[in-house]
Amino acid sequence: MAEGIVQVRNVTKTYKRDTMQIPVLQNISLEIPEGEFLALMGPSGSGKTTLLNLIAGIDRPDSGEILVQNTNIASLNESALATWRSQHIGFVFQFYNLLPVLTAFENVELPLLLTKLNKQQRKEHVETALKVVGLADRMNHYPKQLSGGQEQRVAIARAIVTDPTLIVADEPTGDLDRKSAEDILDLMQQLNQEFKKTIVMVTHDPNAAERAHKTRHLDKGELTL
Amino acid sequence: MKIFKLIFRNIFRHKLRAALTVLGIAIAVMAFGLIRTMVGAWYAGSEASAPDRIITRQAVSFIFPLPLADRDQIVRVPGVKEVTWLNWFGGVYKDKNNFFARMACDPASFTDIYPEYKVTPTELETFKKERNSCIVGQKLADLYHFKVGDVIPLDGDIYPGKWEFVVAGIYTGEKPTTDVSAMYFHWDYLNERITQTQPSRANNVGWYVIKIANPNEAATVSERIDALFKNSSAETKTETEKAFASGFIAMSSAIITGLQLISYVIIGIIFLVLANTMIMTARERIREYAVLKTLGFTGKHIALLVFGESLLMALIGGVIGIILLFPISAGVAKGMTQFFPYLAIAPSTIGIAVLFSILVGLVAGFFPATRSMRIKIVDGLRQIG
Repeated sequence: MAEGIVQVRNVTKTYKRDTMQIPVLQNISLEIPEGEFLALMGPSGSGKTTLLNLIAGIDRPDSGEILVQNTNIASLNESALATWRSQHIGFVFQFYNLLPVLTAFENVELPLLLTKLNKQQRKEHVETALKVVGLADRMNHYPKQLSGGQEQRVAIARAIVTDPTLIVADEPTGDLDRKSAEDILDLMQQLNQEFKKTIVMVTHDPNAAERAHKTRHLDKGELTL
Repeated sequence: MKIFKLIFRNIFRHKLRAALTVLGIAIAVMAFGLIRTMVGAWYAGSEASAPDRIITRQAVSFIFPLPLADRDQIVRVPGVKEVTWLNWFGGVYKDKNNFFARMACDPASFTDIYPEYKVTPTELETFKKERNSCIVGQKLADLYHFKVGDVIPLDGDIYPGKWEFVVAGIYTGEKPTTDVSAMYFHWDYLNERITQTQPSRANNVGWYVIKIANPNEAATVSERIDALFKNSSAETKTETEKAFASGFIAMSSAIITGLQLISYVIIGIIFLVLANTMIMTARERIREYAVLKTLGFTGKHIALLVFGESLLMALIGGVIGIILLFPISAGVAKGMTQFFPYLAIAPSTIGIAVLFSILVGLVAGFFPATRSMRIKIVDGLRQIG
């Protein structure tokens, strides 16, 4: 069997609150094959978002290794990690996190500003990403001119525009109504099936988790299923 | 889409706050520039002084007179080309607030020694001939609408009585810095009346203005003149015209120092206004900065955004302030021409205002930029925006 695109090995993470040590993840190991659509579920405080953050390289484990495409991301310094994130990770947040002063086009273009692409190439990439999420006709709209579902689509376009190795989504449907949530899940399924994107999604919603190939449960910092 | 565009749009995200901050900076920069311009105007007389003129005054103070007889001795000092004298008259023109310099002079020698005062030959001829005539500077004429032939009534204070002078001419200045806000009349006319009313004060002058052959010998000639009157009842102090003018300024040094201090306090106010805005702005955007970091932007990019916003806001305010400075300074110059005969915005004032704007922009952005670039992504994402 081929090695997973993501390998989490014996990872432990503890947060400090004043003098208290709060263990969040305890000796977690996990392997995610390329092309997988994995859902992480669990009660609040179970450590699922922390695990997602560690896989995405926006937080560091206290011990253990996280390898993404055989790169041990825990060993990278801040600057190298930032560059790595820009090339390998696409983020989708619960609250979209679009910059309100930028149009949909400009929001999607943001990650490309860190690449060597010229203006014309960036334009082509952005238009393609917006077409994939079905918002080519809204590219000049500002976030406040879009519905929640449309904002999340723009956020997904931003996440895929650099063609990342991995898409991580933290409760992507958590702030949406049922219909919009279904549309977003359809889109994520499409990215996984048609574009072969590896996706790790944290969710509370069993319906959302059903769309994934696989669901792993976390409880009190440990993978239970 | 470039970072600059994002900086620019961020500035105007809160339009009212940005407008108030920019307006605050603009007013402060304008006030800073105006104070510096006014302080500069104080020194204008000193800067405009001629290197080939020296002044001899009473050693104790220029308010004490010197005998007219000294003139004959001074004129014979080696290195002296020509001598004239002036007398501060004081007096009130209609109202005590109508302040301008009124001085008695010897028209013939005065116009030779002060070639920068330009008056037409006909008017000069009249001035020299008519003993109760006077010449007034162009600015003074404009301010009080004096015309040739007008009679200027003055109530004497240093020299009591009612005085009337006929305007023989209106003089202009050779350079912009030449003082064209004074009035000069015949010393003979003054002396005649003083001889009748206060004989003990007659035949005295305020100070001598001496034209010397070689400006490099100013110190030597000054020593020679002062040596002449050593141990007399009216010892003299001779100094360059610039030093003499600076002596007047020194009397106002406390006010000037106070004004300069205020101008720097204003810089402090600009800093506080902008720093407050930037701290609020950065705090509100912590989540956005975390998102940008998540996308791969580094701490340096975030610092650039904060610094850029702070700097741009300071510069916009600074430029508006400098633009405002011109009409306001022109208004002050017009309204206070008797106090500031030459009120002009120096290029150095503009340069310093721009420099301070940049400095304030950088310093005000420092704390929020440092904080924003150091914020951990996971902490930033938890922030409620």
